[in-house]
Amino acid sequence: MSTPTVHHGAMFDTNELVINMGPQHPSTHGVLRVVLRLDGEKVVDADVVIGYLHRGIEKLSENRNWTQIVLLTDRMDYVAAATSNVGYCETVEKLMSLEVPRRARYVRTILCELQRIASHCLWLGTHAMDIGAMTVFLYAFRERELILDLFEEYCGARLTYNSMRIGGLPLEIPPGWDQKVLEFCKIMDAKVDEYEELLTHNRIWLERTKGVGVIDGPEAVAIGLSGPALRGSGVPRDVRKDEPYAAYDEMEFDVPIGTVGDTYDRYLVRIEEFRQSLRIIRQATEGLPEGPIVGKVPRLIKPPAGETYHAIESPKGELGYFIVSDGKSTNPYRFRVRPPSFCNLQALPRLVRGHLVADVVALIGSIDIVLGEVDR
Amino acid sequence: MPKAAPPTGPPDPPPPADKTPPAFVASLQSAIAGSVTHVSYWVGDWTIVVPATQILNIARHLRDAPDAAFDLCSDVTATDWPPRGTGRFDVVYSLYSTRHRHRIRVKTIVGEHQPLPSVTSVWPAANWLEREIYDMFGVNFAGHPDRRRILMPEDWQGFPQRKDYPLEGPGELLMENPLDWLKLRQAKEEAEIE
Repeated sequence: MSTPTVHHGAMFDTNELVINMGPQHPSTHGVLRVVLRLDGEKVVDADVVIGYLHRGIEKLSENRNWTQIVLLTDRMDYVAAATSNVGYCETVEKLMSLEVPRRARYVRTILCELQRIASHCLWLGTHAMDIGAMTVFLYAFRERELILDLFEEYCGARLTYNSMRIGGLPLEIPPGWDQKVLEFCKIMDAKVDEYEELLTHNRIWLERTKGVGVIDGPEAVAIGLSGPALRGSGVPRDVRKDEPYAAYDEMEFDVPIGTVGDTYDRYLVRIEEFRQSLRIIRQATEGLPEGPIVGKVPRLIKPPAGETYHAIESPKGELGYFIVSDGKSTNPYRFRVRPPSFCNLQALPRLVRGHLVADVVALIGSIDIVLGEVDR
Repeated sequence: MPKAAPPTGPPDPPPPADKTPPAFVASLQSAIAGSVTHVSYWVGDWTIVVPATQILNIARHLRDAPDAAFDLCSDVTATDWPPRGTGRFDVVYSLYSTRHRHRIRVKTIVGEHQPLPSVTSVWPAANWLEREIYDMFGVNFAGHPDRRRILMPEDWQGFPQRKDYPLEGPGELLMENPLDWLKLRQAKEEAEIE
């Protein structure tokens, strides 16, 4: 199905209704526009229109020097900003063949996993609220506040952290921070059980999510899904295991995989990812090595001429950076982000076909998008 | 002091003597004659440069050949090298194989108006990625099912991420007054209804 539905004055079948789920909508998780062609209540086709939050970060980065771009990467996936920072810094370190000290890699792992839990809390809260479970929203945001407090103590910001530098981190962790992280892990374990108690065997939740948006493994890979959306369809692909970065090669954790590939499986995968993230955080915090927090980095960062692509596992999927350096100027020549939400959102028309309008909302939440990343 | 010449492309260094290209590169070269013009290795990534006319056959081979099995198209992107004249765009495909867990980067060189076959029939994931390249750079993808702009408004003129496009925007082409936008839109709607 390829013809776009956004035609002015097109002659369309009068049995079909074209409805606009406009850029301003409480359930589209940002400025996302979906033009639905409905036959009664069933969706015949959906056309996703994006670009309302396009800020030109890729072109801006060509005019900023390598350290300033860390600030811009924060603003793309603003829900999981530390992961975007880590991805960018790791790509430049790969390009410069820089060695990051072990302590910095461990702290990066802790921050990334805390970010994963925070992002999944926001996902759970908004997804459940879209489907109707309002209590979960407040519970999930209460836990997200605990994580944001930890981040605020570390780097002073709650949303856009600027918490990474090329070669390590700018700040040493404050004294007592690692104890607070371990206490948080204890609290969070009980809370994840609370979320499961509210939703996993809830009859209404099962009715709304089982069998909605089924996509099988090979098709999910072909259409470009990644992250929990892909793992829910049974494909064991996780960048942390396949191409380890930061300190993940020293951590022991499992990667949850679904079976059917419907919304319920994607929900179960993310709930289990909460628990695995807590496991990683505990290992990293208890085994935190001593040492410098930033490696030997030249004062002016000028990677040699060349290009590279490096991917990390953000909470939404495979976040990749393709950076081209011309070796002479202080700015990158080309800065390209492969946003997981952009590539996952491509699958929405395929997932939504044949379902009801209410399932469109459930599926947008199940794919877990952040418009800042989709549009950049 | 004479200014250094602007760069004409990434150096794409050939692999060092102790590294052999992965086996599927050789099998690709034997399956499709003249497919790989250059093999490069840099900071752990293998890149092959291929001619633009062969890209569809190469894509199908890379997806279907059992030793390559590149089923996940991670990223399709483009870089603009204006000093190159014809052939100013580098279109780069980053591929990953979930079965063998290896990566490859496939690069083609394409000119401003030269049509490049779309790989959407091989990897549906490339659909929006190629739309974005068309929107931002103006690369002509032949056979793409949905050739529309994706991030910019549909009626935008110009290709923002080209190197000769100003960072601040098109300037006097942009209408500052919202009333002018309204008049333009009304005129367009009247013209279409007739």
